[in-house]
Amino acid sequence: MIAPVQTPRRAFAIGAPILQLDSISLRFGGVQALTNVSFNVLEHEVRAIIGPNGAGKSSMLNVINGVYVPQEGAISFGGEQLKGMTPTRAAHLGIARTFQNIALFRGMSVLDNIMAGRTLRSRASFLEVALQLPRARREETENREAAEEIIEFLEIEHIRKTPVARLPYGLQKRVELGRALAAEPKVLLLDEPMAGMNIEEKQDMCRFILDVNDHYGTTVVLIEHDMGVVMDLSDRVVVLDYGKKIGDGTPDEVRSNQRVIDAYLGVAH
Amino acid sequence: MACDTVDTFPQLLLRHAKERGGRPAIREKRRGIWHTLTWRDLADEAEALACALSARGVQRGARVAVLGDNRPRLYTAICAAHWLGAIVVPLYQDAAAAELTLPLQSAEVTHVFAENQEQVDKLLEILPLCPSVRCIVYDKDRGMRHYQQPQLVSYAAFLAQGHALKGSRSDVLRAEAGRAAGQDAAFLFFTSGTTGEAKGVVATHAALIDRARVAAEIDGLTDVDVTIAYLPPGWIGQNVCGYVQPMVVGHCVCCPESSETLIADMREIGPTCFLATPRVLEALLTQVSMRLDDAGDFNRALYRRSIAVAQRVGARILARGAVSMLDRLAYLAYDLLIYGPLRDVLGLSKVRVAYAAGDALAPDLLMFFRSLGINLKQLYGSTETGFFVAMPRDGRVKPDTVGQAAEGVELKFTAEREILVRSPGLFAAYHRDAERTAEAKSADGWFNTGDIGYVDEDGHLRIVDRAVHVGALSDGTPYAPKVLENKLKFVPYIKEAVAFGHGRDMVCMLIDIDAAAVSRWADKRGITYTGHADLASRDEVYELIAGCIATVNRELALDPVLARCQLRRFSILHKELSADDGLLTRTGKLRRGAIAERYGELVDAMYAGHSDSAGVDGSPRRKIRDAQTVAPAGSRRAA
Repeated sequence: MIAPVQTPRRAFAIGAPILQLDSISLRFGGVQALTNVSFNVLEHEVRAIIGPNGAGKSSMLNVINGVYVPQEGAISFGGEQLKGMTPTRAAHLGIARTFQNIALFRGMSVLDNIMAGRTLRSRASFLEVALQLPRARREETENREAAEEIIEFLEIEHIRKTPVARLPYGLQKRVELGRALAAEPKVLLLDEPMAGMNIEEKQDMCRFILDVNDHYGTTVVLIEHDMGVVMDLSDRVVVLDYGKKIGDGTPDEVRSNQRVIDAYLGVAH
Repeated sequence: MACDTVDTFPQLLLRHAKERGGRPAIREKRRGIWHTLTWRDLADEAEALACALSARGVQRGARVAVLGDNRPRLYTAICAAHWLGAIVVPLYQDAAAAELTLPLQSAEVTHVFAENQEQVDKLLEILPLCPSVRCIVYDKDRGMRHYQQPQLVSYAAFLAQGHALKGSRSDVLRAEAGRAAGQDAAFLFFTSGTTGEAKGVVATHAALIDRARVAAEIDGLTDVDVTIAYLPPGWIGQNVCGYVQPMVVGHCVCCPESSETLIADMREIGPTCFLATPRVLEALLTQVSMRLDDAGDFNRALYRRSIAVAQRVGARILARGAVSMLDRLAYLAYDLLIYGPLRDVLGLSKVRVAYAAGDALAPDLLMFFRSLGINLKQLYGSTETGFFVAMPRDGRVKPDTVGQAAEGVELKFTAEREILVRSPGLFAAYHRDAERTAEAKSADGWFNTGDIGYVDEDGHLRIVDRAVHVGALSDGTPYAPKVLENKLKFVPYIKEAVAFGHGRDMVCMLIDIDAAAVSRWADKRGITYTGHADLASRDEVYELIAGCIATVNRELALDPVLARCQLRRFSILHKELSADDGLLTRTGKLRRGAIAERYGELVDAMYAGHSDSAGVDGSPRRKIRDAQTVAPAGSRRAA
């Protein structure tokens, strides 16, 4: 008896909202970067933020991870109201990110960069590390194991010891993802993970993002320009234009939303 | 030795577990660290696995397939299957799903060990066509969490099940291992098939063990040797090097972390025995030339001088021949400066013996490695002949021969000079194909190899080419494509060359450029291009290749027979020849029939004297160029 081949299902079912953004408004002097934007991110989903240039996508990500403090609005993470989010606090809460223009330690090896992502997980004091006391040594071993697992996961064994500056762009992006993963985040913020990549690199990156979501159950929030990529990758999409939310829903809903089409293609006035 | 009578794999495994239980059997680099499996560990794990397999209905004679890269668990699975008397069907891990259908169907495979999700997906795709497959054991569980198919079980769960059963079944299993006989089938290899559909070749325990034992004797392999497993496990060569040979000798096999880390891993592990296909060696040479191009002028000059010395005396020193004191000193100095570090960079510094097998190796390439002090030898053998038919002996290596027949092998030649082999290592039969078996193997045990060759004055076997490829130009000049192609493939810029000439008035070539080497060459000259196809059609690249061919033609002109086989016209292919397009076999051999068919129009245009050809499927026009030829130098050099 042959069982019918089933389409693979999700390993982690999409759950309750993990991140809730309520009426966020952000101003830089007179520039209104975000106006009254509200949306949520569900646990284990892949959520995309899209929009034309200057729509406020990166600002949105920076608000989530505490780089910018919005003048109005509230953020709650895991059901808890958060006031005065800072990047350090975000990291401790389990929010990791990558950057639009790669921000790695260029002179350090891939392995060291990924190990750096484990810093938050270390409990040993400066003195313990300096003197190589048992706890520091144990943690070092654990961190190395975790880093090696990520290296295997991202298939970058061959460049483990290579200084990051010598790597091509696509691989640097992958290393940056690795460093973010090293913190074992609940939510991963990816700022244009595929910008500047060729087709092949994009496909690889898509696969890794989906694998991360599938294997670790990590919730992913990503900004992306490539519409094809966004539509294939995401469960739900938020569309921003001039700092305002103009669409929110599944890729199909967003694709057929007239306001989104207008924002992307322009309308005759 | 008394133990030499042991001629089945399970008995060899048990013996190693007893005699050298604590010594390494398999090492694997995983997550940056080398992990060791000792012979005792291997036997334990194989026993547990065999328990689980027998609980799932594997019996003597059942067919168990392995599909994946070289990992310890793949070899453990082979051990376990052999333990139960099952026949192992090794598959090529990069084969497409459709290519796997034929072996799985015709062998009626019931159980498959698959490495990861990628392999499982292929198997699930063709499962409806292969109803005999009852159980798929997968090793890596990444991405496998939501697979619900009842046939699937993870290796870890399967092993745990086996360990739980071990107590109650231990006696049964020991008895099972003892029941094996040398004449039982051990492997069912599906040959690469350069000419037609893949055939299943049945190899027995005794045949493979006998050949490996002879080869180990000839090169003095012992249990302290180390080898590295990186070639496709579907190929007999990898199974011999990674399974049969270690089983016979008791040495250790190392599995690199991934194909990209191979060279770095080799430097760490220092293999002493190394098997390679000509393609791998060509790639190594290309890498050396490419990296050298980036070196400074002084370094390059030093390298050129050192290679000149190496080529003059290196091979003779390796063969312990007579060399003048001055040359010996120069070689020693360069060995410290150049050859030693170069061997180290290639991960070959500890190699005692390296084999090239699977296809003919260009003599120049062989000599290049030998002159650096690497004891590289060309083997002759095939899936049907148990891999070792002829091999050069240390100190008596001639570059254009495959050495003397190995012990136990008898050679005979037909009137057409086709090589016939009789040996204890011969295959038992083609799987369920009595007709083809009878065609290939006579009743008194002579196998028609399909290769043309002869034995030279020193008793060395020389292989000309496959019988079906050997022919003559229309003027009667004998023509064998392999010789010409190998001369061109020695050029770093040329990855693959396909010669045409049988029944024609001249020799023409299709050239596949080495993308990495040529693109680097183009970068240095500021030649811009958009991709492989564009690069391959640049006039500058045509000039580069024409220059290379002219050099080869000058060499050919020195040989009275080959002089008339000089290459007249050529065209560069826009797309690399690949196994996925069916133009190469999985081990990288040319499938000439398929290539001639695919590029028929282009070949015709070459012979018709056109300067380009419209491509198939509306692809861009391919240019055709003439190559410079040289008048035969018969008078300049005595034949």
